[in-house]
Amino acid sequence: MKVIAAMSGGVDSAVAAARAVEQGHEVVGVHLALSSNPQKYRSGARGCCTIEDSHDARRAADVIGIPFYIWDMAEEFHDGVVENFLSEYAAGRTPNPCLRCNEKIKFAAVLDRAKALGFDAVVTGHYAQMRETDLGRTMHRAEDPLKDQSYVLAVLNEEQLDGAMFPLGDTHKEEVRKEAKRRGLYVANKPDSHDICFVPSGNNAGWLHDRLGTATGPIVDEDGNKLGEHQGAYTYTIGQRRGLNLTVPADGGVPRYVLKIEPVSNTVVVGTKESLAVTSISGEKAIWCGPIPATGIAHRGYAQVRAHGQPLSCTYTTDGATISAILDEPLFGLATGQGLVIYDEDRVVGSATIDATA
Amino acid sequence: MASYFDHAATTPMSPAAIEALNKQIAQLGNASSLHTQGRSVRKDVEEARESLARIAGCSPSEIIFTGSGTESNNLAIKGFFWKRRSEDPARNVIVISAFEHHAVLDPVEWLEEHEGAHVIQVPVSGDGVLDLEALRDIVEKNRERIALIAVMHSNNEVGTIQPIHEVVEIAGDIPVHTDAVQSFTKVEFNFSDLGVTSATLSAHKIGGPLGVSVLILARGIDVTPILHGGGQERDIRSGTLNAPAIVSFAAAAVYANELREANFTYISELRKYLIDSLTAVLPDIRVNGGVEPSLPGIANITFPGTESDGLLLLLDAEGIASSTGSACSAGVPRPSHVLLAMGISEKDARSSLRFSLGRSNTREEIDHLASVIESVVDRARAALARN
Repeated sequence: MKVIAAMSGGVDSAVAAARAVEQGHEVVGVHLALSSNPQKYRSGARGCCTIEDSHDARRAADVIGIPFYIWDMAEEFHDGVVENFLSEYAAGRTPNPCLRCNEKIKFAAVLDRAKALGFDAVVTGHYAQMRETDLGRTMHRAEDPLKDQSYVLAVLNEEQLDGAMFPLGDTHKEEVRKEAKRRGLYVANKPDSHDICFVPSGNNAGWLHDRLGTATGPIVDEDGNKLGEHQGAYTYTIGQRRGLNLTVPADGGVPRYVLKIEPVSNTVVVGTKESLAVTSISGEKAIWCGPIPATGIAHRGYAQVRAHGQPLSCTYTTDGATISAILDEPLFGLATGQGLVIYDEDRVVGSATIDATA
Repeated sequence: MASYFDHAATTPMSPAAIEALNKQIAQLGNASSLHTQGRSVRKDVEEARESLARIAGCSPSEIIFTGSGTESNNLAIKGFFWKRRSEDPARNVIVISAFEHHAVLDPVEWLEEHEGAHVIQVPVSGDGVLDLEALRDIVEKNRERIALIAVMHSNNEVGTIQPIHEVVEIAGDIPVHTDAVQSFTKVEFNFSDLGVTSATLSAHKIGGPLGVSVLILARGIDVTPILHGGGQERDIRSGTLNAPAIVSFAAAAVYANELREANFTYISELRKYLIDSLTAVLPDIRVNGGVEPSLPGIANITFPGTESDGLLLLLDAEGIASSTGSACSAGVPRPSHVLLAMGISEKDARSSLRFSLGRSNTREEIDHLASVIESVVDRARAALARN
């Protein structure tokens, strides 16, 4: 096949590209420029938007021996990921920009462009496995449980997954680093990126504050009694305990947690841990990574609600467009806006954006 | 088949230049040393200087060797600015054409940001020629305040030759710098006939080696140096002379100059053949610039409905080298500021490719390009229309 290898400048995508070459594919390396002003995001080895990273990607492509180009996806990234990130926070939800980037950029804008230019697929260094099963070509968790990224890929539909290759899914990260070294890739020891790539300081609240401004509002208990003030509801996360700066002490010193963020009234609601417990999760905008489960009947499976969260055994139902999951055990603290991903053992069934919890 | 249509970026070294480089690189000696070996290398460098001076129409003492065209342009622009402002603090205006190469544009912007320079850009026509009336107006209004004027001898992206003679007349006693890297040995270029104060030449654009260039600086004119050290090159550009590259540069210039007219005819015809061949397949393409007088080998073409980086990728896969103009430091393609200055829309600027031809190109290579261009453009159009 003719494939585009999306190369971030990190070790994973470099090894993925090298493996694709070895598998006999005709590979062209592409680094995505996601900032209209790459200098702006420049901060050492953090993230994937710096000049150094584009150089690292280029050098890896040289070593692998494939052509290399930079694709300017800054506008698409800004509109599809950064704007969405801001508006979700402004609406009191907690978005996951990596999900949006996979959904709107890597396996949409990039894949579409690749196909139009005559390529068949996009190769990335994500840790997930595509397998041929009785259900067709399905996506499964990676071999390395610590690196498994099937959660952030669960926003891809069947057509997108058909154009996706993840050559690292069967390998542990340690092995990937060793392989990079063996292949003479200078990025073998480059640290993993953890933060949101367009928030170079790693200071999410500060970044949001600069863009959404200060909006003082009340912090209240579940009965509506005012306990303190906040500088912007978006700086809080459901389940957050520290840094609330409440002026009214809790009864008997029971710790209080953020339960709810109400954007319209700009109110942050806090309460006890018990009130955080969630057993019922519903999600909208369902995306199916394979066949749609039979509607109207209950299925057993696992729900995952964070990128590195635990799989939670559950019973779920769907009407095709939404998913409702009932957890076997309660989960404490869950923000709307996060992705709800449903697994059948290690197979990714699909995902939805959480819009309500109880 | 590999077809190299990026001669304006760099062009193959001529056999004469390779031979000269190989010979000189084995010579021991620093041209600044006083002993026999030093004098021997100095002699070779001075002979090269004289050859280059003869071809460029200047005196040997006016030639300052540098490490790149960018360095020559920086030295002229910053050097004139600092020198002339130190003589008169009110003289802080730099006048440049709106479509200078980044090696001129960026030092000028740097001076604006860090040194309080005031920059005035002279507009260019839709055909890619400097607006002399606008220049006259600017100079009349700011004469006492202008530190220097910089206008390129020919534009590297569209190939149009600029009216430097007229610029010099309008400038009067204001220094005029011209970046002539694309013109030297390709079209008529004579430093003293033009009357400019300084000019940049570069070896690798004419079949010489990478890493050596010249700033021609008129006799009796001083600029503030950027590099300080051993005092080489009239104390204006310190640093051990790169003798092998300098000798090779001169050999390349002699060779290219001897063939200048023959090359001009051959390459002009190839350029016409390229445009005719592409137009026959794709009648809606547009040639940017292209008015007389121009460099013989540059064809800047808009392929409506495409993105040039998609075109470049697909042509590269067919073994055809072309250029999209400039990219930012991270390699992100940018719409050409040259085309934008000529009034071309951002959309069209993003759909434009430069093919630059040289002596090594053949009609067969152009036939190859013409045979693949339709499917390449089709795919590039689909890629842009994907949304």
